[in-house]
Amino acid sequence: MTYLSKTLLLCAGLALAACSNPNRFDNATGADMNGSGMAGMAGSASDPTSPLYFQQSVGDRVLFAVDQSTLSPTAQATLDGQAQWLLTNTDYTAVIEGHADEQGTREYNLALGARRANSVQEYLVSRGIADNRLKVVSYGKERPIELCSDEACYSKNRRAVTVISVVPSS
Amino acid sequence: MMRYVLSLLTALMLWSLPANAQTGPLRIEITEGVIEPLPFAAPDFVSDSATGTEFGRRIAEVIAADLTGTGLFREIQPEAFISRVTSFSSPVQYADWKAINAQALVTGSVTVDAGGQLVVRFRLYDVFAGQELGQGLQLVGTQDGWRRIAHKVADQIYSRITGEAPYFDSRVVYVAETGPKDQRMKRLAIMDYDGANVSYLTDSASIVLAPRFSPDGSQVLYTSYESGFPRIYVLQVGTAQRRVLEQQDGTMSFAPRFAPDGRTVVYSLSRGGNTDLYRMDIGTGASTRLTSAPSIETAPSFSPDGNRVVFESDRSGSPQLYIMPAGGGEAQRISFGQGRYGTPVWSPRGDLIAFTKQSKGRFHIGVMRTDGSEERLLTASFLDEGPTWSPNGRVIMFTRETQGAQGSASLYSVDISGRNLRRVPTETGGSDPSWSPLQD
Repeated sequence: MTYLSKTLLLCAGLALAACSNPNRFDNATGADMNGSGMAGMAGSASDPTSPLYFQQSVGDRVLFAVDQSTLSPTAQATLDGQAQWLLTNTDYTAVIEGHADEQGTREYNLALGARRANSVQEYLVSRGIADNRLKVVSYGKERPIELCSDEACYSKNRRAVTVISVVPSS
Repeated sequence: MMRYVLSLLTALMLWSLPANAQTGPLRIEITEGVIEPLPFAAPDFVSDSATGTEFGRRIAEVIAADLTGTGLFREIQPEAFISRVTSFSSPVQYADWKAINAQALVTGSVTVDAGGQLVVRFRLYDVFAGQELGQGLQLVGTQDGWRRIAHKVADQIYSRITGEAPYFDSRVVYVAETGPKDQRMKRLAIMDYDGANVSYLTDSASIVLAPRFSPDGSQVLYTSYESGFPRIYVLQVGTAQRRVLEQQDGTMSFAPRFAPDGRTVVYSLSRGGNTDLYRMDIGTGASTRLTSAPSIETAPSFSPDGNRVVFESDRSGSPQLYIMPAGGGEAQRISFGQGRYGTPVWSPRGDLIAFTKQSKGRFHIGVMRTDGSEERLLTASFLDEGPTWSPNGRVIMFTRETQGAQGSASLYSVDISGRNLRRVPTETGGSDPSWSPLQD
């Protein structure tokens, strides 16, 4: 048999030019500051009206037990301080970031972080902060602050951080 | 994307008859428990030009890599060859290939036509039966598209010998990761299934998560923090143009996935700390709420017929898997083993659900039937998650993250039998893979 009689010559033409892959982006520079808990930090730690004072002296974060979003007495005491500061410094708004440790799937941890941030928001509102001054965001397990894979680090990563904005958020 | 002048589908339909009618010894039954890889020889494809010869060498290389990458085939190195293939049309010396125990032989030729296109022909031989397996096939494509031609040839060989649908001519969209754990930079990347031809679809200015292909592979859903809050975007793969899908103030949205119709999207939306499932028509933007519970409902995935959705919920107290009608309604729990279950993904064949399982401090990728029976764990490590199915439902790709301060994420694949665990090569760290359908 000849090649042609034996073979079905099927011309599957991969016509058109190369795949239209988008160009590579240049390597971006500069870290994403979101989620670091340090955004918009300003002022002096000794000035009680400064965001830095809020972060360092009032305490900008509360910690949670595994899988939980309930506020411990320690967390409530910290949030009482945050509420007091926000009531005094009315020019500021805040974004509450909810975070989870790395034990858990990405999706579940996003939902868990949302619960934690919301717990803090509800508590602050119950202490008299207008809810339009507070926004919530969940970072799930995307932004750990402690890097080890042990409970010592996990316990610090299961957190909600109240990030004060110098410019009122719109 | 490359397009065929003539539909390969026609070619496959014509081809399927001789391929399926083959009842000779050259056959791999993938369902068998233990597989001795089938030895094959794939000499460089011959050519009468220097350019063609170079492509012939590379094409044979990619075909061999595709086949051996399945764990079902073993390549016989050229050093062992007795026969040299110097002409595509001369008869095969079966005895010479038998002598080195090459059960399958692939031969091919490459010519560069007047327009600069590659014309690739190949034949597959069942050496021990002394005959061709299926008939010769010719593919024509651009020089830039040579890897796709090679994948298509390998797909033919894989299908003819295993009787399974192919998967090599496919792509993977994933999150490319760089930088330390606490400042991880993430951007969307797309590559061939084997890690070649990577390109980046977004920059790393904002966190991006969990891209998911549309059923035709032309669009990708993903979650981005570019607004400061997690929101779902849809991106055109061809142009990298994107638009936000869901942006209700005071909410966060994530975990999107297309329905088989390519128009409906199911996803999670968090409001007031509570995460529920919604569906949206991406044409009109109209959304419907599917669940209303104080528990977490997330990671939804449609059945291939579009009638049901499998998802993750902690309504029982810990994350477990549930199935409900695609329009919402009563959900049936399907996971009952020890541990926590997440990120369920319905297989393209419809028979299995892949999932992430967390048990006793370890993570696993597993599969179960859609009624929750016959659970099998395929992997185990410090952190495995986020399975995605190959287009033929035989292989699962997933994220593996290593432990500790220096921990990083990579892509891995494993056969649904639990064999052939392999790292998928990527130039940076990688996570959240989504496997495309087979390309046209």
